[in-house]
Amino acid sequence: MSNATQSNEIVHSVSFLDRDSLNIPTLRILQADGSVYKDAVLPSINEETAKRMYDTCVFIRVLDERMLGAQRQGRISFYMTCTGEEAAVVGSAAALQEKDVILAQYREQAALRYRGFTTEQFMDQMFSNAKDLGKGRQMPIHYGSQALNYHTVSSPLGTQIPQATGVAYSLKMNNDKAVSICYFGEGAASEGDFHAGLNMAATLSAPALFFCRNNGYAISTPAEEQFKGNGIASRGVGYGMHTIRVDGNDMLAVLAATQAARDFAVENNKPVLIEAMSYRVGAHSSSDDPSGYRSKEEEDVWRAQDPVARFKNWMLSQGWLTEEEDEALYAKYREEVLAQVKVSEKVEAPHIDELINDVYDEPTPLLQKQLKELKEHVNKYPHAYPKTAGRF
Amino acid sequence: MAQMNMLQAINDALAIEMEKNDKMLVFGEDVGHFGGVFRATSGLKEKFGPDRCFNTPLTEQGIAGFANGLAANGHTPVAEIQFADYIFPAFDQIVNESAKFRYRSGSEFNVGGLTYRTPYGGGIAGGHYHSQSPEAYFTQTPGLKVVVPRNPEQAKGLLLASIRDKNPVVFFEPKRLYRASVGEVPEGDYEHELGKADVVQQGTDITVLAWGAQMEIVEKAAEMAAKDGISCEVIDLRSLSPWDVETVAESVKKTGRLLINHEAPLTGGFAGEIAATIQQECFLYLESPIARVCGLDTPYPLIHEKEYMPDALKTYEAIKSTMNF
Repeated sequence: MSNATQSNEIVHSVSFLDRDSLNIPTLRILQADGSVYKDAVLPSINEETAKRMYDTCVFIRVLDERMLGAQRQGRISFYMTCTGEEAAVVGSAAALQEKDVILAQYREQAALRYRGFTTEQFMDQMFSNAKDLGKGRQMPIHYGSQALNYHTVSSPLGTQIPQATGVAYSLKMNNDKAVSICYFGEGAASEGDFHAGLNMAATLSAPALFFCRNNGYAISTPAEEQFKGNGIASRGVGYGMHTIRVDGNDMLAVLAATQAARDFAVENNKPVLIEAMSYRVGAHSSSDDPSGYRSKEEEDVWRAQDPVARFKNWMLSQGWLTEEEDEALYAKYREEVLAQVKVSEKVEAPHIDELINDVYDEPTPLLQKQLKELKEHVNKYPHAYPKTAGRF
Repeated sequence: MAQMNMLQAINDALAIEMEKNDKMLVFGEDVGHFGGVFRATSGLKEKFGPDRCFNTPLTEQGIAGFANGLAANGHTPVAEIQFADYIFPAFDQIVNESAKFRYRSGSEFNVGGLTYRTPYGGGIAGGHYHSQSPEAYFTQTPGLKVVVPRNPEQAKGLLLASIRDKNPVVFFEPKRLYRASVGEVPEGDYEHELGKADVVQQGTDITVLAWGAQMEIVEKAAEMAAKDGISCEVIDLRSLSPWDVETVAESVKKTGRLLINHEAPLTGGFAGEIAATIQQECFLYLESPIARVCGLDTPYPLIHEKEYMPDALKTYEAIKSTMNF
């Protein structure tokens, strides 16, 4: 009756376990004012890394603010912000090595920036221009870069989760001593792909880090309407996986947890689930209006927990940042982002041939025929197709 | 040459490529030690180790998602979906992910090395959850190749080509023929080109087109028609996506008539696509309407399987009606 994955205790009267049977602590290192808890064990971090992390936070704050504005002005069609979750994304990204593969959901532009995606590359993607690495095939914020080991974002929710297991297994087979890290929200953890991906990673011993940004909302649906378990972390335990819950607004706690998770995953070829408790301060996307489903008071509580301000205070206390440097950093990026908007929005659209390229490794005869007919049509009615007419 | 059944030929193809390509992995439900429910992967775990041939949990979407990740990172996964009837939980990972990996990323990433193998089709008293032919769901998805072999020799050559293709391939194996179809199979390595139809019998009066297990059926119907003096040109399409318009059109221009046979239901089936294309390519050559002999628009039945099937007799009747139009 028993099997190897079962513990042996036998009881003789009925007793149930419930969600509270599992005590899952939350790792926190920084207090709200940016000072370190007395007994806290600090992660490995030096001044250079800390500055790069803070720089990334400021860039993303500016990018989010400016691009949301650009969307409101009708210059780009869509945008999603990272606001409120910068520590979760930057803290985890900073714990990785360049050879680790990132599979993002869609709110992790900060991880891509941390790896070196340029302002120009961000903007070219959002304006779907000829320089976009994605060749104008996806909506804004669907970034990806082979050079930076960052998988191109896919809109359907949670699909990256079992893929991360496959990537991790591949890294293991190559003996790369690397991990895949997969970001997703607590809403995406309801998808079948989540369960499939975690179960396969556990059973097939894949060094994948499953990073849940528990930000309280899946568009308008609050976490309490998404699941009834002890957060998402309890599921990791259920899958037989090392699991940790961390304060997602605490840069150092996220960094510490992810560093330890990465070390464990690489050494043991096993997955880890990290649940970062945070809050999506902004709207789900530029098409969403949170005032329709939550109060300003609730948002203000979380604004007071701002992860960037907390980290900034710690940086100030370390002497690694001054208020003047901070202001200059914001000013630099505001200027850089605005200047790049003006450049990228003027770059022409991808060539019409890109319509049929990359469907297969080579366009099929049928696709070539369809393109030929399309070009003849565009030539006949050039005024109706201004992006491509005259550019064959 | 060796006598092999289709399972042995598939197993042989897998072993040949695993030997040559140490990036190749074979996995799925019961695929490890047991060798798959049909034994297509027998002995591979023993030969290549449990890291390269292994069981997965019962999760088709997990298998497909995992395969996507492996392929995107440079491995060559051959994922088995135990029955094509159970491919639907994996549908999103196949049509939204495998198929679009290259396109959506502007070729930054691709899953070109990925092959899905899955047994399809009826004739085994399997009822509707062990008999479906879902190929048309996949032929409408740009980015996927869809391949169906008709016998052991074809299965080996087409599977080797599929595994080595730079695009994700859904490889449908006619399970009715797994053991029933036995024939000469070259022992070494060889490939059949994807996207090319195979003219298996020359003829002058009517082109009869099918794929997979239905090839036996249409060949039998062609034999029956021959006794009435009707000369059938029999073509195995082999690849449904992309499909060989040229070979089919050339044949129809010669014969002036076309009959398409498939097991899947008529409505929305791939025969409709072929018929529409061929009437455009060959309109002035056609001497009768293009005929379709297909499964009924019902779920695949159990006890009335024989009635449901587009069998040789129905095909023979349709050949005669087309000739006498």
